[in-house]
Amino acid sequence: MSSDRSASFWMLVLNRLRKDWFAIAGGAIVLLLLTVAVLAPVIAPYDPGSVETARLLEPPSADHWLGTDELGRDVLSRMIYGARISLMVGFIAVGIATLIGVIVGAVSGYYGGWVDELMMRFVDVMLTFPSFFLILAVIAMLEPSIVNVMIVIGITGWMGVARLVRAEFLSLKERDFVAAARSIGQSDAIIIFRHILPNAMAPVLVSATLGIAGAILTESALSFLGIGVQPPTPSWGSILTEGKNYIEFAWWLSLFPGLAILFTVLGYNLLGESLRDALDVRLN
Amino acid sequence: MNNNLLLEVNSLKTWFPIYSGVFSRRTGDVKAVDDVSLTIAPGETLGLVGESGCGKTTLGRSILRLIEPTGGSVKFENRNVLAMNRSELRAIRRKMQVIFQDPYASLNPRMTVGRIVAEPLVIHKIVSGGRLEEKVAELLAQVGLRPEHSRRYPHEFSGGQRQRIGIARALALNPKFIVGDEPVSALDVSVQAQVLNLMVSLKEKFNIAYLFISHDLSVIRHIADRVAVMYLGKIVETASRDDLFSNPVHPYTDALLAAVPAPDPKTKTKKIILRGDIPSPANPPSGCYFHPRCPLRREGCDSTRQVLKDVAPGHRVACMVKAP
Repeated sequence: MSSDRSASFWMLVLNRLRKDWFAIAGGAIVLLLLTVAVLAPVIAPYDPGSVETARLLEPPSADHWLGTDELGRDVLSRMIYGARISLMVGFIAVGIATLIGVIVGAVSGYYGGWVDELMMRFVDVMLTFPSFFLILAVIAMLEPSIVNVMIVIGITGWMGVARLVRAEFLSLKERDFVAAARSIGQSDAIIIFRHILPNAMAPVLVSATLGIAGAILTESALSFLGIGVQPPTPSWGSILTEGKNYIEFAWWLSLFPGLAILFTVLGYNLLGESLRDALDVRLN
Repeated sequence: MNNNLLLEVNSLKTWFPIYSGVFSRRTGDVKAVDDVSLTIAPGETLGLVGESGCGKTTLGRSILRLIEPTGGSVKFENRNVLAMNRSELRAIRRKMQVIFQDPYASLNPRMTVGRIVAEPLVIHKIVSGGRLEEKVAELLAQVGLRPEHSRRYPHEFSGGQRQRIGIARALALNPKFIVGDEPVSALDVSVQAQVLNLMVSLKEKFNIAYLFISHDLSVIRHIADRVAVMYLGKIVETASRDDLFSNPVHPYTDALLAAVPAPDPKTKTKKIILRGDIPSPANPPSGCYFHPRCPLRREGCDSTRQVLKDVAPGHRVACMVKAP
């Protein structure tokens, strides 16, 4: 009782995560990727665009740890720069989806009635489109670029978040602390964003973490199909695509970006699942 | 109209619609509060008793417009609260506050105690800046908590302490009227007494009027000046505390009082056992709502609507048998 330190919710969550091996593994992968992405110019052994015509399609060696591609570019360096693209797409696309989803879900759940009805029917309509084909169609109409990829993944991926946030709001708005906020004359906007939303963020955080994995996969798939990130910008998906033409005799071109995607998605999923457990902290 | 009244509730109704069927048609109403009238003078405590589900909480919240009533009027200092627009309502909230039943649900778990108690002061721009911390400490001291508690989160406190935090929040705006919605029923008996005594001393200090909702008659007896007994959305008897406890008239009040355990096991109490459950407020009995369970039922009870009638000065009862 005499201690001055007070355990906030997020500190309790952090304490739990520190005891969870899956969380540590997932967190380590994510942290490693972040470091690689930020420090790409420092740690990449070669310029990702520099062409070495004398050393085409070389297998992994001491000079080129992960080999070279059909233009003689260093695969490791290209993958290190590719990490930047993957993470940027993941964070920005999920950021857009979360922002839209939280606002739609919060307004829908808090006000209810016809506002809710209208918004949720719109969500239903959005969900009837198979999202990957929607993305394909939109990108095909626009010009394929990294920015468009992020925006399109974002605006086709918010519906789950909206439903999640709405469900949380439906239950939280009936709690007495919300009635208490109203009884002291608090405004709707502050009740929504300062009273209810912080209590509704736990599942949103989990879905965002898992969503980043999904967005990275989608970007890879789009780049693989040639309508995502455009050459010569390296992205794991585009390296994989270029590699597929030579897969019979230059397996390293496809294998390593594939593994990178696999471990990244695994890392975010592990972290997301652990967060789900850790956030289930009872505060009462 | 009596100008000495702080609160005057007239024919207040709060009905919740029931929708059913494929087309969600409105097929009925739950009459949680049905034609309730009551008054409270400045500094007075009106105890409101009744079984679970009889509409006590809904009545309290309807008066504060935390739930929108269906009809009737609520006059606070002679102004109709139900006719107020948003900004008028916001202003009147300074004078009418609420203390909730469950101290575990009524404090935002993501906010520190300091922010919870400061919030009303910030909204109504009562104090700001450096004075804010001082005022929060003062409010916490008034309810028996220490200034350093303001940095903690609600989950670090016991039930009784949390209820004190809720009381500090209600006191922040210096209200004239507080609805206590079963403020002690979630607490241990020893803690109940502390919180009740705190409420009594604050009332005397600041001349606060309470609508004190409870199902516990011993609590009501301790704190109330006057008592209203509620059954199925209606007030069936209202009297001064002493009158009601020494001379209950309505058969329902009689049964409630008989159900209070006596401290001395040798005391002989008359046993009145009510048969059956409280009927559904969506489909109340005809005539007097109490007649299917009433030991004094006679012909006509099932067809005559009961209204409150004076049986003594300040003592009103709705019963055709006892108050014809």
